[in-house]
Amino acid sequence: MKKLTASISGIAAAAALTFSASHVIAADDTIKVGILHSLSGTMAISETTLKDTMLMLIEEQNAKGGLLGKKLEPVVVDPASNWPLFAEKGRELIDKENVSAIFGCWTSVSRKSVLPVVEELNSLLFYPVQYEGEESSKNVFYTGAAPNQQAIPAVDYLMNDLGVKRWVLAGTDYVYPRTTNKILEAYLKAKGVKEEDIMINYTPFGHSDWQSIVSDVKKFGSAGKKTAVVSTINGDANVPFYKELGNQGISSEQIPVVAFSVGEEELSGIDTKPLVGHLAAWNYFMSVEDDTNEAFIESWQEYIKNDERVTNDPMEAHYIGFNMWVEAVEKAGTTDPSVVQDAIIGVAVPNLTGGISAMMPNHHVTKPVLIGEIQDDGQFQVVWQTTGNVAGDAWSDFLPGSKDIISDWRAPLSCGNYNVKTAKCSGQNF
Amino acid sequence: MFCLRKYDLAKCKSPIRFINIVMLLAVMMCSSTVWSDTFFDQSMSKLLGKNFKSVTQGVELLAKSNDERAEQVLQTLLAGDLYRLKKEKRLVTILEERGKGYLVTDILVADKTYEVTSKRKIKRVAINNTLRTKIKAAIAQIQLTDTDPTKRSAAVVSLFDVVDDSQIALFEKMYEHEKNDRVRSLIAFGVAIGHLKTGSVVEKITAIKTLEDSLEPAVRNALQATADNETDKSVAAAATKALGKIDQKIDNYALMETLFFGLSLGSVLVLAAIGLAITFGVMGVINMAHGELIMLGAYTTYVVQLIMPNNIGASLFVAVPAAFLVSGLVGIAIERGVIRHLYGRPLETLLATFGLSLILQQTVRTVFSPLNRSVETPDWMSGALEINPVFSITFNRLYIIIFCLIVFAMLFFVLKKTTLGLKVRAVSQNRAMARAMGVRSEWVDALTFGLGSGVAGVAGVALSQLTNVGPNLGQAYIIDSFMVVVFGGVGNLWGTLVAGMSLGVANKILEPMSGAVLAKILVLIFIILFIQKKPRGLFPQKGRGAEG
Repeated sequence: MKKLTASISGIAAAAALTFSASHVIAADDTIKVGILHSLSGTMAISETTLKDTMLMLIEEQNAKGGLLGKKLEPVVVDPASNWPLFAEKGRELIDKENVSAIFGCWTSVSRKSVLPVVEELNSLLFYPVQYEGEESSKNVFYTGAAPNQQAIPAVDYLMNDLGVKRWVLAGTDYVYPRTTNKILEAYLKAKGVKEEDIMINYTPFGHSDWQSIVSDVKKFGSAGKKTAVVSTINGDANVPFYKELGNQGISSEQIPVVAFSVGEEELSGIDTKPLVGHLAAWNYFMSVEDDTNEAFIESWQEYIKNDERVTNDPMEAHYIGFNMWVEAVEKAGTTDPSVVQDAIIGVAVPNLTGGISAMMPNHHVTKPVLIGEIQDDGQFQVVWQTTGNVAGDAWSDFLPGSKDIISDWRAPLSCGNYNVKTAKCSGQNF
Repeated sequence: MFCLRKYDLAKCKSPIRFINIVMLLAVMMCSSTVWSDTFFDQSMSKLLGKNFKSVTQGVELLAKSNDERAEQVLQTLLAGDLYRLKKEKRLVTILEERGKGYLVTDILVADKTYEVTSKRKIKRVAINNTLRTKIKAAIAQIQLTDTDPTKRSAAVVSLFDVVDDSQIALFEKMYEHEKNDRVRSLIAFGVAIGHLKTGSVVEKITAIKTLEDSLEPAVRNALQATADNETDKSVAAAATKALGKIDQKIDNYALMETLFFGLSLGSVLVLAAIGLAITFGVMGVINMAHGELIMLGAYTTYVVQLIMPNNIGASLFVAVPAAFLVSGLVGIAIERGVIRHLYGRPLETLLATFGLSLILQQTVRTVFSPLNRSVETPDWMSGALEINPVFSITFNRLYIIIFCLIVFAMLFFVLKKTTLGLKVRAVSQNRAMARAMGVRSEWVDALTFGLGSGVAGVAGVALSQLTNVGPNLGQAYIIDSFMVVVFGGVGNLWGTLVAGMSLGVANKILEPMSGAVLAKILVLIFIILFIQKKPRGLFPQKGRGAEG
């Protein structure tokens, strides 16, 4: 059944299956890598691409001679956008398939679902998507952006470069927007923004009727102060949102929208006319002019046999995460997760924006932050970027509960939530 | 020499400037503004620069240049159609794609065309938001003297935020020459805003009198600033009073706006539910794949647009019958293949159609990829009908309300006035009796289900203009559709219409107060309570047929 679902979910998946099948015979001579991304259901739209990215990276590594003299073997499972199934499939990967590391998950809830399993069986999970922070596990490596690597710099840009004085924090109603907005609200207030200049709004998943909310934003923005929308609106709901903005005559220079969930992949499926000029904050844009990036795009389009396909930020995160893991395994001389966990801290690999990303002791990575303006070809034009890399912060400095907490997985601390005030590790693993 | 250049321009076929090229003006430009032309030339070389700074300087120079070609260049730049040839250092626009490259034309001399062999040799002149603001301001300054009154009014309004003494003088001068009433009143508002900032007490009071009739946000802000900061008490009081008057008007319009929003949400609900009103309401089949039939309609729109990429405006008119056929045929296939074996077994029907919905979703995912597809909005559906600065009606919503009513009327006509409708009603009321009268009930079942499915497909065409076209499109509407049909009364088309519209309006009234999430929950709770009280919905079917 597993194979059946995978095979109908695309030609690429079929190719992957034959690929993995041909290596099954020589199972002992290979290092298995688990890929835990939904290939069906709601999240398939985003996660299928990441599965293909991983297959490509593994294929490239094998072409380079594999790892520790062995070939890498991808094991693809489909958790079908079903959160409890992530835990089940994760257990299957580690227990039955004996994978050395898992690359996977998109939503925070799927990560939270598989996390106890990864910890219990002491494996490794590389998580490639921007998330709300407030977590640090011994067994999870967060290669996507923490809030201070995306949201905070974006707000700084709006405040300092565009002179924004009034803020609309609009998001889909789930954990990532809620936490991010809580952090942003605290941050804005710390910067002297008044309560009445912040409007917070949540909408259900896939919300499509934006008329009254956009009309409210318009009213909120017509008070004579420069207004911006900070959007944590999740994928699907974005298109009708931007369409409505365009229809009600709100242009990007009047009220710019900076989004944290709109990337090249999302833009490739839609009519970009109403979005032109609005902003997005990421750690990577496909349009970044850099040789490593060009090479990556070229091999991706060749691998997927379609020169229209785009690359995006979570793909770069997997690129960074995979290369870090490879380097750590080589450094440690073994794929044993408990050894690799220690070896990977401090490992630095090139990212796709022309710099070097390093794994921090809190299991987050260093990355530059870029702000891009959406162009009508679905690409981003970089308008601003941080001067150097920003290190991911697991525990936000702007939330009362978490500002005293740090995470450092090196001995002797070895703790994901060490309270510097009480000098105690709260004992939880994450 | 300059005159020669003007002559060149007169040959240029640019649609924007063509009408404006009047000999007299050309002569005037030639004689009076010798150095403005150098501004223009300088700006051209600045626009060729690689960074925003250089382009910004180019725009500023253009604004100062007084050159009549400036507006065309600015408009092209704003639209993102201005490119530079990297090597030749020339500003061009793209005429058409040719092989691996483009055929381009010089921005200033239309009949000079060049062939560009590779896409890498040409680069768009990039703009960002700061630049866009500057360009729009520059265009506004230029358009103050445009022949089109709508453009003049827009230009005047866009200058409201920056009125100073020199602008007041300019406005007053304009006012004398202006013949259009609307533009005149806008200019008067502009002057009044200026007086409010810098004038004497008497001037301020008169200004406030003028301004209390305006709904422009800039006017309201100026009055608010006066009310808050003015030291003279009589002025502050007058401003507060005027604000109250304006706010009263704004509130009234806000109410109308909410009503419109509600009706438009309602019409979407009705469209999504009306097909179900037939399959579920009339036939009693719980069709969980109804959402996927809507989705198929939306994908049909996408395919139609792929087939006729040069006729996006007309594509929707083709898509409506096409979607009806596609979804209708799939519906008939579902009925013949699955549902007819399960009549009278609602639980099994529910499970079987739920399975079908998953199959349809995954098929679409395999055929079209799991990514959302881009369905373009035709130009006639974008934008809004601006009634006044605080109340405008978006065209797409307006058309969908109208479309919904047309679909409803046609369906109503089919069911009440045609033989098919008569048979459908006969079979749904008493199958055995209908059969005895010679109605081929199986055939009617298939057609009825096809009709309901086809209408779902038509709804998909409308939804493709509002939301994402992706494999999950249908799931978002299936619950809402059942809600509307149950609330309206099973088997009653009028019930569906009234229920959809009233749920839409209720949702929109609750939304600003409770937030979108809670509003949905409240509406759902209300329906549950309502069904407890009246299990047969708003318009229950009457008579013996309803009991069975």
